[in-house]
Amino acid sequence: MFRRLFEPQNPVAFDFEGETVTAGEDDTVAAALLAHGIRHTRTSAVSGSPRAAHCLIGACFECLVEIDGRPNRQACLTLVRPGMRVRRQAGPAAMKNGGGA
Amino acid sequence: MSDADVIVIGGGLVGASIAWGLAGEGARTLLLDEGDGALRASRGNFGLVWVQGKGLGCPEYARWSLRSADLWGDFAAELHEATGIDVGHERPGGVMLNLSGAEERENIKTLAQIRLEAGNQPYDYEMLDRRQMAELLPGIGPDVVSASYSPYDGHANPLYLLRALHAGFAAKGGRYRPGEKVEAIEAGTGATTVRTGTASYAAPRVVISAGLGTTALAAMVGVDAPIVPLHGQILVTERTAPRLALPTNLVRQTREGVMMLGYTVDDFGFDTRTRADRSRNVALGALRAFPCLRDLRVVRSWAALRIMTADGFPIYEQSEDHPGIFIATCHSGVTLAAVHARDVSRWVLGHDMPATFRRFSTRRFDVQETV
Repeated sequence: MFRRLFEPQNPVAFDFEGETVTAGEDDTVAAALLAHGIRHTRTSAVSGSPRAAHCLIGACFECLVEIDGRPNRQACLTLVRPGMRVRRQAGPAAMKNGGGA
Repeated sequence: MSDADVIVIGGGLVGASIAWGLAGEGARTLLLDEGDGALRASRGNFGLVWVQGKGLGCPEYARWSLRSADLWGDFAAELHEATGIDVGHERPGGVMLNLSGAEERENIKTLAQIRLEAGNQPYDYEMLDRRQMAELLPGIGPDVVSASYSPYDGHANPLYLLRALHAGFAAKGGRYRPGEKVEAIEAGTGATTVRTGTASYAAPRVVISAGLGTTALAAMVGVDAPIVPLHGQILVTERTAPRLALPTNLVRQTREGVMMLGYTVDDFGFDTRTRADRSRNVALGALRAFPCLRDLRVVRSWAALRIMTADGFPIYEQSEDHPGIFIATCHSGVTLAAVHARDVSRWVLGHDMPATFRRFSTRRFDVQETV
């Protein structure tokens, strides 16, 4: 659906769900995933339906992903880094230190 | 010539609840609302349907809040049936957290006094120690010394509620006019005329339920209804897996998963800006209650203005000089939505006035009546 206007000068590779994605060094994670043709980047915490980036300006929270083990990152506000590990945000994240008192 | 049986001025939670009730009673109802720029407490609400701790020194208010909480389940079901909108009402009981010995003593004293004032009416609650609390709300912080639990309390989504009331009102044939700020109210024989910037409407009955705008509108019909804004600020976190089984006075988790953190109380006049120092206080209080919140990110914050009388209790009054003109306003638009829809709409149509309403007239603010 999305097509790059020009190929990146300095490509950066990162991992999305086990797949290697190549991006421009100034790409946001959301832009890189969209350019790579990935149409499902999170699952709604409320309805369970598949979602992907929408507003691309940090307002709508549709683009949430897990980055290097940290949940609920906004892919549209995060620049790509070589070797980063990105996963779909599957529903609501559990609180990290969610144990007892 | 009348344009409606009843004109309701104010499309926030109070006005919309009454209008929905009126339309359900078969009254031809016209709801006049301001525009998007209106001060709108209904859009800033924390979303508690709350009974405990309310009505100290005013058993009528405690009873009125409890009656509404009791009616809320049916009220939400009726809205759902009429509109398809689930307003997210749940009533698992509610918890008020005591973060110090002083807070604990105050809480115990207040609840005991309200129960005493309730006389032979039921007023259930229980005090919980740390062990009982930890069972109810795992993850409670070491600073929480105790809590009170009330089975009467619950919560709902105030934004869905406002939307459902408007949708339900329209579905029952009500007419809604936004962008019509009322500029004059002229009482006449048999009908009252309400003038906005662009039009005028007449009806035998008029309800003034305009939040912070009520004082100026009530003055147009000779009623002194003193109301002041009281600033409150809320933080909202990212969504997280279900964690809090029931709402507390400081933190509640919505059905959608976000944590709502409250609250502040300040007199900043009509200034609705959020303040960084207040956000900090809210976050610190919430973290003392639930340290496990520390890894959650705050994604939204807002401030809104409560609609406060001098004693914090609502105003319900029919003008003595101009029967047919009613005033209804309060700061608990969510909790009281169910009684506004049922009891207040019937009162406006000339059915029984709830027995407690004598207590809620503006006469209580008269200097002569103050001891």
